[in-house]
Amino acid sequence: MSTQTELATAPGWTGAEQVEVLTFELNGELFALHAVGVQEIMDLTPETVVPGAGAFAGAVINFRGKVIPLADLRVAFGLERNAPTIDSRIVVIEIELSGEPTLVGLRTDKVHEVTTLARADSEAPPSVGMRWRPEFIQCLVKRDGEFIVVPDLQTIFNQQQDARQPVTSATRH
Amino acid sequence: MSDEAIAVFQVEARENLELIEQGLLDLLDRPEDRDLVDAVFRGLHTLKGSGSMFGFDALAAFTHHCETAFDRVRKGEVAATTDLVSAVLAARDHMRQLMEDPSGDYGAAGDLLLADLERAVQEADGAGPPAVVTPGLTTWRIKFDLPANAFKNGANPLALLAELREMGEARVVADASRVPPLSQIEPTDHYLAWDVTLTTDQDRATIEDVFIFVIDDMNLSIEALDEARLGASPVQAAAVAEPVEPAPAKVAAPVAAPVAVQAAAAVANDPVEASGAKTAKAVESVRVPADRLDELMDRVGELVIAQSRLTQISNSGTDTALRAVSEEIERLSGELRDTMMVLRMVPVATLFGRFRRLVHDLARETGKAIDLSTDGETTEIDKTVIERLADPLVHLIRNAADHGLETAEDRAAAGKPATGRIRLSAHQSGGEVVITIRDDGRGIDRERVRAKAESQGLIEPGAVLSDHDLLQMIFHPGFSTAAAVTNLSGRGVGMDVVKRTIEALRGSIDIASRPGEGSEVSLRIPLTLAIIDGLLVRVGQGRYVIPLGAVEECLELSLDEDLRSRGRSFISLRNSLVPYLRLREMFETGTPPELHQKVVVVSTGTERIGLVVDQIIGDHQTVIKSMSKLHAGLPTFSGATILGDGGVALILDVGHLVAKGQQQEAQMREAI
Repeated sequence: MSTQTELATAPGWTGAEQVEVLTFELNGELFALHAVGVQEIMDLTPETVVPGAGAFAGAVINFRGKVIPLADLRVAFGLERNAPTIDSRIVVIEIELSGEPTLVGLRTDKVHEVTTLARADSEAPPSVGMRWRPEFIQCLVKRDGEFIVVPDLQTIFNQQQDARQPVTSATRH
Repeated sequence: MSDEAIAVFQVEARENLELIEQGLLDLLDRPEDRDLVDAVFRGLHTLKGSGSMFGFDALAAFTHHCETAFDRVRKGEVAATTDLVSAVLAARDHMRQLMEDPSGDYGAAGDLLLADLERAVQEADGAGPPAVVTPGLTTWRIKFDLPANAFKNGANPLALLAELREMGEARVVADASRVPPLSQIEPTDHYLAWDVTLTTDQDRATIEDVFIFVIDDMNLSIEALDEARLGASPVQAAAVAEPVEPAPAKVAAPVAAPVAVQAAAAVANDPVEASGAKTAKAVESVRVPADRLDELMDRVGELVIAQSRLTQISNSGTDTALRAVSEEIERLSGELRDTMMVLRMVPVATLFGRFRRLVHDLARETGKAIDLSTDGETTEIDKTVIERLADPLVHLIRNAADHGLETAEDRAAAGKPATGRIRLSAHQSGGEVVITIRDDGRGIDRERVRAKAESQGLIEPGAVLSDHDLLQMIFHPGFSTAAAVTNLSGRGVGMDVVKRTIEALRGSIDIASRPGEGSEVSLRIPLTLAIIDGLLVRVGQGRYVIPLGAVEECLELSLDEDLRSRGRSFISLRNSLVPYLRLREMFETGTPPELHQKVVVVSTGTERIGLVVDQIIGDHQTVIKSMSKLHAGLPTFSGATILGDGGVALILDVGHLVAKGQQQEAQMREAI
């Protein structure tokens, strides 16, 4: 399990020339996660709002008898949060929080495929000209004329854990 | 030797040492009990044997000396005096060290302990009961054979014979009549029987002890040979003929009675009979890592949830066959869950057992005579709870022994028996276990508590406090009434830490004390950390669980009353004002208030507040799931639980909400 965590969240390509990823869509943008860290892709399930928790992880769900937080990367990237559609899925991954492996659900608008990305196609996030915080992005990968964003989940989660924003009124769905 | 084998040895040795300790402590109360002496001796013997087998040579050597010393007790040559038992107890601790850290260098410490032990044995020698009458030389005829699978079980007949030879002159004749033709010989099987004629000054029990580890499976007969059959020398004849006076106090069987123990199948099947003093058969148990139990618990939880969905489906249809199956599964999964709960429970005896040693040591350290009595050891609590209770209880017992109980002179002056009593008891009361620690000491000195609280600035000088409130002061951080710091208590870890630990277990602590008569601390601990009884409520769309133990009552809050109370948020409950929190507002549900809101009055001991909810759904036994680190900073919720329909409900932390309510109340008062 720990090796998976490492692969799912470690910066860079961990030495490999190619890496398997799961691609998904958030508000029209294409994102990718290292496939080995993915536990399950599940349909939307009834979620329980946690009052007082930030918008980033504002709810919990029942995942196979465990209560896991449901996180929304759109909050971290400042994307508009659309209402869920028939394509919406939850991607359950394992990441490390305060040294403990933790299961977390990620909201996605649509899950695409498991595919292979090559290191040669990747580039570091530009330091200027981007509306997203560069430290939240591990790298950008160019493919078929568009960019796939590989988010740095560990940094995002650590940051959200440290600075939890107060709940803002009913923007949640 | 593989690490795994060593780990297994250590686990077993730990248990063995535990048993030795228990046996020794029991021996303090019943020094005449032969069974106890034998049990301790067997423990030492096993430890020595397995220690040397697994390469714990220092342990084996040290234990050997203790065993030798203790052997004299077993033979009845010396009495099990308090000093002697204490010396063996100290030696036991050393064995534990040697076992846990075989590479450590404890040589000098071990020698000191052995010297102590030696001295204790010598002193006991004079005080002991008349030594066992040794009947001079006796000639015994010992016949034994071992089962065919003896080698597989680790028996070594040569070692047995060597041990017999050490006792005296022995003539050994092998009986090869059972050896089959060469073609049928199984090389790993054992076929021989032996006939040993042994002339020794040892008694029958000692000879039997040679076979102590194999006696259950073997045939053994030991007979004292009489003159006629032996045709022996006058010395031997005289020895046998001389009638032995059994000491009146001796419990052990008269040594010289030449009753042939025909330990054939019938007798050998009865371990008590065969080995003399084997303890009752232990309950069979299997070691399982705790996380596997947790995993199983999760699975059972999921099963119960899936089952309740099935019930919903079957109830909505008309298929009676489906409904029958569904009901059957409902019953089975309910039973499975109950069984699962029980698996995690252990009797508090495991906890109480440790304190006997503590009290023994405390008594020696303080020079006070202390008698610990325990009660209700069979009460069961969740294993994790037990482990976390140990430290607070140690502290409370130390307090009782150190601060509570007076010295023997003071006790005599107060007209009390010289021996101070500490009573530890446990009983179940609903979903809680109540553990009380009571001493019959001097009680808590109110004046000193007050003086201390005033000097610490905890209360105003001359403030009027109820007796109960005054006693509560001792739970305040940094409070300690002991003028001088002793070795035992008063080392900064105060009652506030005890209180915090107990509260972290969702328990409560209470203290009662009468000057001159003693104090009583009672801990109320939930049976398990994994499950709580809760009241399921709805606020807006969300469902929440309020721990039932904290709920005092539920009232209706009419819309009128709600409107009227706007801005002050108090309800009057039997002539007292109770502040309340509107959870709907607190949780920002964005929903309008329901027509018939309810107020759930919750309390933590003395403070109480009302929680306004939209609906009370009912009571609900819930399996507590912890929240992830992502939500660890939210004090409002102590955890979450999965409901019958698969949804998640958050569990409210009553302590936090009450504090919040009190805060609000304080603000209101200031505003007025």
